[in-house]
Order: sequence, then structure tokens, then C-alpha cells
Amino acid sequence: MVTTYVIPALVFGAIGLVAGVLLTVCSKVFEVKTDERIEAVNEILPQINCGACGFSGCSDYANAIIRNGVPTNLCKPGGKDCEAKISALMGLENMDITAQVAVVRCNGNCNNTSNKFKFDGIQSCKAAERFYSGSTSCSHGCLGYGDCAAVCPQDAITVVDGLARVDKAKCIGCGLCVKACPNRLIVVHDITNHVDVCCSSTELGKIVRSVCKTGCIGCKKCEKSCEFGAITVENNLARIDYSKCTSCGKCADACPVHAIQSCGVSAPVPKAAEEKKEA
Amino acid sequence: MKEMLVILLSAMLVDNFVLSKFMGICAFLGVSKKLDSAAGMGAAVTFVMICATIVTYPIYTLILVPMGLTYLKTVAFILIIALFVQIVEMFLKKKVPPLYKALGVFLPLITTNCAVLGATILNIDNSYDLGQSVVNSLGAGLGFTLALLIFSGVRQRVNASDSPAMFKGVPATLIAASIVSVSFMGFAGLFN
Repeated sequence: MVTTYVIPALVFGAIGLVAGVLLTVCSKVFEVKTDERIEAVNEILPQINCGACGFSGCSDYANAIIRNGVPTNLCKPGGKDCEAKISALMGLENMDITAQVAVVRCNGNCNNTSNKFKFDGIQSCKAAERFYSGSTSCSHGCLGYGDCAAVCPQDAITVVDGLARVDKAKCIGCGLCVKACPNRLIVVHDITNHVDVCCSSTELGKIVRSVCKTGCIGCKKCEKSCEFGAITVENNLARIDYSKCTSCGKCADACPVHAIQSCGVSAPVPKAAEEKKEA
Repeated sequence: MKEMLVILLSAMLVDNFVLSKFMGICAFLGVSKKLDSAAGMGAAVTFVMICATIVTYPIYTLILVPMGLTYLKTVAFILIIALFVQIVEMFLKKKVPPLYKALGVFLPLITTNCAVLGATILNIDNSYDLGQSVVNSLGAGLGFTLALLIFSGVRQRVNASDSPAMFKGVPATLIAASIVSVSFMGFAGLFN
């Protein structure tokens, strides 16, 4: 009885005790002293590890700020507050930072586009895109399987009627969705820019018109309407130069297909406008 | 010398831990997605296998055998390996930061890897002495690395290819793994 049960228990108890003592001793002996500012900076950062700063996670960025003197304004999700706190901690002057927001450059929801076929494969944009450029009629448009929504750390993206929509209040501008979209529809820009071209199709106007009610047809009306020369049409698609754009909204009024909109209110084509055109 | 070589090569190829003994499959499937992480994991496993053998061998011969507790070697070895990996991690963090960074997350992952435990127990079962045990563990670790590297290449090809929908993802990976495993059976008659 004693030899079968007690001795093994004692031996293993002893081994466990020695192991525990050894670990405690080692943790003291091999203690790595870290710069406490790294810890402090790391606590200020939002800890969502999105990688928008170009470093692998918040702690890596904190490390880079302290060790390599990397600028303090790279954290887009943290924004102004975060930058000010880090600069104060480091004894640096504040740097400019503007909050960023992601924009889906497509308006092709199921009211505006149609389906070429029913896609039965893996329900992801990447898979759908590889199968004849997806089932939606426009091969440049939003595929609607929500790969971007899946990677969003803030749950800011929802797919409504087959079209990804960004909630500006929730979006932190990390840019993870930009990489997730196989059609490269999403861009991240300053939140102060209110006008976007909600289309990414470089097809001729005639083809765009045949597949989508609200796609950019490259008519150049916006180019002429812009007083600041901020819009150019290249490859049948309007592009806004945000360094010149003042968000006046004249281009949005000029656009006959409502492809240019304020991304806050980028809803499907208003019914009134639709009826007027048909009349 | 020749005996050592035979042990090394048979542990690497004939009795490959992953492809012939089917140990460490979780790590094999989990980390073989990318070539560089496969190499990192392989290096970490090889390192820990050798060190674990050096640590567990005296524990077995000096404590468990005299006490008549050899039937508890599994429990003892898990305890020792877990302890050892933690100490090594602390040591590397302090003294060899580049190696710590290279092995990274793989080191703590290995703590409960069955391939490491398997290597130490097989050394005992084959009644190897310390030198032979170390060589056997080295071979096992290299074999593990080899399997991971080969399979990460295979996997990239499988993922890129247009397989039928029902085989896409995990099924195709498992089938590919079994074919790689079959190919390693060709080594079976290498030594007699």
C-alpha cells in the first residue's frame, strides 16, 4: 500500500516542488529589464493589432517608437488622442494626424445590378472572384460575400443587399479590408473628404450602363464641373485627387448616374431621380 | 560511428515521426501553411527534442529506475519537458534575443507536442544510451523539419490548384499528406 501509492506520490511531489522552485529562481535570474516607456506607450495604443502603422501589432509599434524613433502619428485607429498622449510621454511636439475612414467604391447592390448566374461555391469574395469574376453582372463591382466584413476588427462593415457598407462611426481606418477585397474596391482616406466616386469599373460607358444603373460611364461631366481640377477621368473612370478636393459636392450634382456621392449618404439611387430620368 | 549514422538516418527517413509514426500531426498541419514558419517550427522542435532527451535521460536512469517507477515515465517526462521549455524560453529571452525572436511563438507551442514526448520515450524503449538517444532525437527533429518543409511546398501547390469543390481546403490537404506519407514508405527497406 505504502510502496504502491505513497512513494510515487512523494517522488512526484518532490519533482514538482523542485520544478516550481527552479522556475521561480530562473524567472528572477533571467529577468529581462524592458524600457518602461515601451510598456507605457503600448498601454496608450488601442491594442487592436491591426497593423495599419506598418508594424506587426501595437507592441511592435511601441517598441519602434522608443527604440528607433519612429514618428508617433502612425496609429490611425488611435487618432489624435493617442498621438497626443504618446508625444507628451516622449516629450515630443504634437504631430498632425487626421482620422481615416474606409470607402467602398461601388454602388452595385441588388437594385442596381443583376446576377449572371447563381454561385454555389465557397461563399467568399475570393472564391467567387476566381470563378468567372463573380456572379454579379459587373466584373469590377462588390461581390457581396463580405470578405471585408470578416476581417474588420470593429465590425464596421455590413453587407446590405449584396453590397458592403462601411459604418463611418465605427470605422477606424486600419485598412485591413483594403487587402481583403479581391476587386480592390476599398480605399482609405481622410474622414474630412466627403465626396467619393462610388464605382471602380474601367469598362466603356456602354458596357457599364448595361450592367449597372449607377456605374461611372466616363462622361467627364464631373471633370468640367470641378473648379479645382480635382477630378480627372482615366480609363473611363472618374478619379478624385483628394489633395485638391474641397468636398464642395458640385461633381456629385453634375453626375448623371449618381456615381459620385458623399460616402456618408451613399445609398442606392434616389427614387425621385430615377423616375425623372425615365420620364 | 556507422551505428550512429544508421540511427540518425533511420530516425529521419525510415521512422519519420510525422509521416511514418504519425506523431506531431497537429503541428504538421497547423504550421505547414508557409515555408518560413515551417522552418521555424522545425528548428524549434529539433532543438527541444535534443535538449529534452538530454534532460529526461538522467531523470529516468537516476530517479525512476531505482525507485521502480518506470511505468510513470510519461507523467514525469511531460513535467520535465514543460519545465525545461519554460526555462529555455527565459534563458533565450535574456541571453540570445535573436534566437528567441526566430523561434518566437513556436517554443511554448512545443511544450505539449507529442513528437517531443514520443522521441524521449522511444529512446528509453529502444534502450539507447545517452549518445545514441541524442543522435536519435536529432534525426527525429531533422525528419520532422524535412516533413514540414516538403509538405509546406506541397500544400502551396494544392491550395493554388483548382481542385473539385468537395475536396477544397482540409480534405485536399489531408489527402496530400497521406500521399506524402506513402512516398516515405519507400524508405522502409533502407536498413536491415
